[in-house]
Amino acid sequence: MAEKVSLRSVLFNPLSRNNPVVVQVLGICSVLAVTVKLAPALVMGLSVIVVLAFSNVIISLIRNTIPTNIRIIVQLVVVAALVIIVDQLLQAYMYDVSKQLSVFISLIITNCILMGRLEAFAMSNKPWPSMLDGIGNGAGYAIILVIVAFFRELLGSGTLLGYQVVPQWCYDHGYVNNGLMILPPMALIVVACIIWVQRSRNKELQE
Amino acid sequence: MENFNIFLRSIFVDNMIFAYFLGMCSFLAVSKNVKTAFGLGVAVTFMLVITLPVNYLLETYVLKAGALSWLGPEYAEVDLSFLSLIMFIAVIASMTQLVEMAVEKYSPSLYASLGIFLPLIAVNCAILGGSLFMEQRDFPSVWTAVCAGGGWGIGWLLAITAIAAIRERLAAYSSVPAPLRGIGITFIVTALMGVAFMSFLGIKI
Repeated sequence: MAEKVSLRSVLFNPLSRNNPVVVQVLGICSVLAVTVKLAPALVMGLSVIVVLAFSNVIISLIRNTIPTNIRIIVQLVVVAALVIIVDQLLQAYMYDVSKQLSVFISLIITNCILMGRLEAFAMSNKPWPSMLDGIGNGAGYAIILVIVAFFRELLGSGTLLGYQVVPQWCYDHGYVNNGLMILPPMALIVVACIIWVQRSRNKELQE
Repeated sequence: MENFNIFLRSIFVDNMIFAYFLGMCSFLAVSKNVKTAFGLGVAVTFMLVITLPVNYLLETYVLKAGALSWLGPEYAEVDLSFLSLIMFIAVIASMTQLVEMAVEKYSPSLYASLGIFLPLIAVNCAILGGSLFMEQRDFPSVWTAVCAGGGWGIGWLLAITAIAAIRERLAAYSSVPAPLRGIGITFIVTALMGVAFMSFLGIKI
């Protein structure tokens, strides 16, 4: 490393200022698909943190031996192996949740956050900062996932983590769950609102 | 006729962007002007048309349960389907690298304008998603795979060209609130287009 990158900023920057989802616009597909309910969103966030941290470390360890021509294939194979391990673990211990997430655990492989961080950070940094970078970015992704899922489950089904939150007397007085929130386009609108809030607080991010 | 129906279905009813929301990253990142968006759309279509049949053959003759029985009766029990993910992604990644080299050699101007996005096609979820849907749906023949790939690709191409055209107009003629400018308003426009495309849902062709 030419200049010393502060480990603290590597870990904490991705949480807000350099968030992978709302600032770098990576990994949108899964944000839309898995955020209908809170529980799968939590599991998905955790899986991404794990896969991202380990793949960053592995790629960082072998970064000097990878020929640049075939680096994409090498990176994808490492990521794919890790994703298969996570997928099998989920199927073994949390079968219901893995059924809900279906194809999207496999699609972690093509989650752009992974390729983006591997290319941008792990290929040029030592293993320990790479691991922190992986955890930080994974957590930044997980936070957005949880916020979006919170609003969609609350407004769309009136529940949180499967427990009824909106009390019965609301329904008796004519409150109705907003069915539109369950459909994928509303996830885009919720993310747009998060971007709006975040950019009005951080003026330097505005275009 | 069957295949033509699947082709049409894949363009409109099963549109990759508006029905499944796959391939959003490059969809949002490369849609600033129509020309590059169109180029990327063509590249994605091309990749889908190539990788889907290749993965289909791989799936039918190597990976599926009992697929290896052409080697001899003792292989009829073998089920390699847990390897499908890693095989698909390897095929896609190597095809991308091949296409990248070919484009660099024969059309340097297209290469210059696509730049970093060519390698990103490898991680475009629309392409891996296409292969996974193909695995789920048990297509009857390799031509079906070609048609579905072409349809998904063209649907993606239409979507990204449309959003790029809208964004060009938005940037020129509208006064969006400052924090929403750029990516924020693109999200909202995409959401509205998604709602519109829902009118195709449930159409049986």
